[in-house]
Amino acid sequence: MRSRILVLFAHPAFEKSRVHRELVKKVKHLAGVTFHDLYEEYPELDINVSKEQQLLLEHDIIVFQHPFYWYSAPAMIKQWMDLVLEHGWAYGKDGNALQGKQLLSVISAGGPREVYSATGRNRYTVHEFLRPFEQTALLCKMNYLPPFVIHGTHKMELHEMKQAALQYEGLLLAFHHGLLSQQELAQVDYLNDLNPIPQALKD
Amino acid sequence: MEKSILFQAFIFLSAAVLLVPLAKKWGLGSVLGYLIAGIVIGPALFGFIGDNTHDIMHFAEFGVVMMLFVIGLELEPSLLWRMRKAILGMGGVQVMVTGLFIALVTMQFNFSWQESFAIGFTLALSSTAIVLQTLQEKGLMKTSAGQSAFSVLLFQDIAVIPMLALFPLLATLPVDVDPEAHSTNLIENLSAWAQTAIVVAAIVSVILAGRYIIPPIFRLVASSRIRELFTAVALLVVIAISVLMSLVGLSPALGTFLAGVVLANSEYRHELESDIEPFKGLLLGLFFIAVGASIDFNLLLQKPVLILGIVAGLIALKSLVLWVIGKVFKLKTDQNMLFAVSLSQMGEFGFVLFTFSNKNGILDQGTVDILIAVTAISMALAPIMFLIHEKFVQPRIGTKMVVEEKEHDHIDESNPVIVAGFGHFGNTVGRFLKAHGVGTTFLDIDSDRVDLLRKMGFKVYYGDASRADLLKAAGAEKAKLIIIALDSPEKRMEIVEVVKKHFPNLRILARATNRVDAYDLMNAGIMNIYRETLDASLRMGVDAMHFLGFRKYAAKRAARTFFEHDEKYLKYLSSLKLNSSEYISTAKKYIEELESLIQSDMHNESLHGADEGWSEEGLIKEFGSAKIEKKD
Ligand SMILES: Cc1cc2nc3c(=O)[nH]c(=O)nc-3n(C[C@H](O)[C@H](O)[C@H](O)COP(=O)(O)O)c2cc1C
Repeated sequence: MRSRILVLFAHPAFEKSRVHRELVKKVKHLAGVTFHDLYEEYPELDINVSKEQQLLLEHDIIVFQHPFYWYSAPAMIKQWMDLVLEHGWAYGKDGNALQGKQLLSVISAGGPREVYSATGRNRYTVHEFLRPFEQTALLCKMNYLPPFVIHGTHKMELHEMKQAALQYEGLLLAFHHGLLSQQELAQVDYLNDLNPIPQALKD
Repeated sequence: MEKSILFQAFIFLSAAVLLVPLAKKWGLGSVLGYLIAGIVIGPALFGFIGDNTHDIMHFAEFGVVMMLFVIGLELEPSLLWRMRKAILGMGGVQVMVTGLFIALVTMQFNFSWQESFAIGFTLALSSTAIVLQTLQEKGLMKTSAGQSAFSVLLFQDIAVIPMLALFPLLATLPVDVDPEAHSTNLIENLSAWAQTAIVVAAIVSVILAGRYIIPPIFRLVASSRIRELFTAVALLVVIAISVLMSLVGLSPALGTFLAGVVLANSEYRHELESDIEPFKGLLLGLFFIAVGASIDFNLLLQKPVLILGIVAGLIALKSLVLWVIGKVFKLKTDQNMLFAVSLSQMGEFGFVLFTFSNKNGILDQGTVDILIAVTAISMALAPIMFLIHEKFVQPRIGTKMVVEEKEHDHIDESNPVIVAGFGHFGNTVGRFLKAHGVGTTFLDIDSDRVDLLRKMGFKVYYGDASRADLLKAAGAEKAKLIIIALDSPEKRMEIVEVVKKHFPNLRILARATNRVDAYDLMNAGIMNIYRETLDASLRMGVDAMHFLGFRKYAAKRAARTFFEHDEKYLKYLSSLKLNSSEYISTAKKYIEELESLIQSDMHNESLHGADEGWSEEGLIKEFGSAKIEKKD
């Protein structure tokens, strides 16, 4: 069975975006992907909880796609988590709605990969910063995938962004068609390191 | 038969109610409908009215006075000024040439030159009432033919004044002295200088009153909020001016026209228009009925060849002169055709002037009877001529009639947004869009507002946004959105219909006054409806909750939920409306609706138990031991 992918996209200033503009172009109309632009849908952070829960139920892979802001996600994602992941529905004794689904963070960060390390300027790895997401997935009985991270956006050229977008597209296609094994996924630090994904699609 | 006022009113109204809609349905136009109604109830057929038609006509002529007032309201002084060439040029030439021409022909039939002059100039006039009503009904007022016809009619109305003054000099017959005949004109015994001075003073006082006296009175009355008082003042203005004009021997129609023009720039113009409109319509209708009833079929039967011959000859001669004038003034062929046809009949002033000439010893009774019959018949034929022109002549001329944008601004931008109505609502939306650099074209029919906003650098254009041609000129074919922000629900619906018909790709965002209005828009297929009071009243509710100690964010989110619920329920109710065939009284319907709304508010869980994610009751129950205290 094909996996259904829900991309929960959050960018408060999408009109100014460079990186996500390219990413969104590639995946917005992709088969098997439901692209859900949260800031567009809820401009006042007025999230419709039941609608969001319904969407979650209809998909197997949930993607948080957003720029990295202050070592975390834009406020919308937080608001979404606070409201949608209700006790008794997403977690807790009777909260099994999300059980077995996969959670993936797709983020872009101004800082290059090397500064996100114990010795680097940011002192922690992206994985460490993403712990709240990882643990949230766990509490909701979901599987947290290695993140897809686009580093060093400030110095990026357009063609590099386009390349990253292509890779992202390939990744989602691969997920949709179930081309990625659990072992393969367990081996990599970032999903970016699954190389080269477009080739995996060929067979 | 007892002919009380009520009975007569009953006859007139039933004839009109029965025949006018039929005439309209058959494409004959309302004027012909009224005329036929007049013939039917007149002496020729049923004879419900007879001897008193001239009194009725005299009374009903007041409809013409009101019509000119309303027309004046729609004409700004600047526009009138721009038309001065057409009025003096076309109008002057038409009256002089036609008058002299007819006079010359008349002289061939053994009339004295004095008689011929009176006859010629009286017959040169056309019917303001019939022509303007018909042109308006057919939407031809804005065409160059319509504008030209209007200019000529205006000049003719002015020309009546000197005619009334000069005709007595043409008298050759003994005058039957009727002391009451002129008792209304106070100044005719004064010297020419004094007369002129008084006439000028009267005109100036009308202008000054329109500027400085009438608006404050309206303001005062408007603040009393008594609707019918406003109507009373509007009527008073028209009647007062008519009385003043008659006193100094001027035409009441011209006086009120002038007052209308002066008031065209006042903020009460639309009020005035809508107050006078029904009276004008009814009186004009009455006037046309009276014309129909006054056609002397006996005379026609006695001298059919003579009368019909004169009618045909006059129509031919008048249209010929008009045609040449149109050519000289460079009207396009199709426009010139309409121009010539539209003014070829005789006018209602004929009744006045012929009677006047008879009383003043210029024309004898027999001649006058025939000429009045000719005038009435030509007036009755006018709508038929329009019809023939529209159905048979015009389609053959080739070039289709184009409504020209003379009086509207020429708009050449192609902005993505058109905002119709730059009032309180429209200007907020408009300013907001403009502040964000969104190219916006504004349309407004309030010329004052247009001028002011233009001065402030806004691109605001003057015109009626429910006209397809104006919308097209405003770039409706290229624009993406139209924001309908006017305050009249009827006008908004009109625009919606026009946009749906002519610009199906233009997305409509419509303001709605209230629920009822929103239903209408929904049923018209509009998806984006903005009830003007909803957001503000909810914001007020949020503040009320805040002052009572609720957290602002909670109140705000509650309002948001309520808003969505309300919108959804509105859709639901409107769908019910479409399905139910029963029609209850509106007040009752409103109460029932309110009840169902409130009930749905009470039973909607999400309105109260919203935002479960932020409540930790469940968590405490599952993991903790603390007691949950119900907050009050
Ligand atoms: C408010 C804000 C906070 C940011 N915080 C971080 C951060 O903590 N770490 C980082 O590497 N980049 C940070 N950035 C840079 C953004 O992550 C980067 O500009 C973005 O991912 C580029 O994507 P875009 O072109 O689609 O907007 C921040 C940017 C903004 C505007």
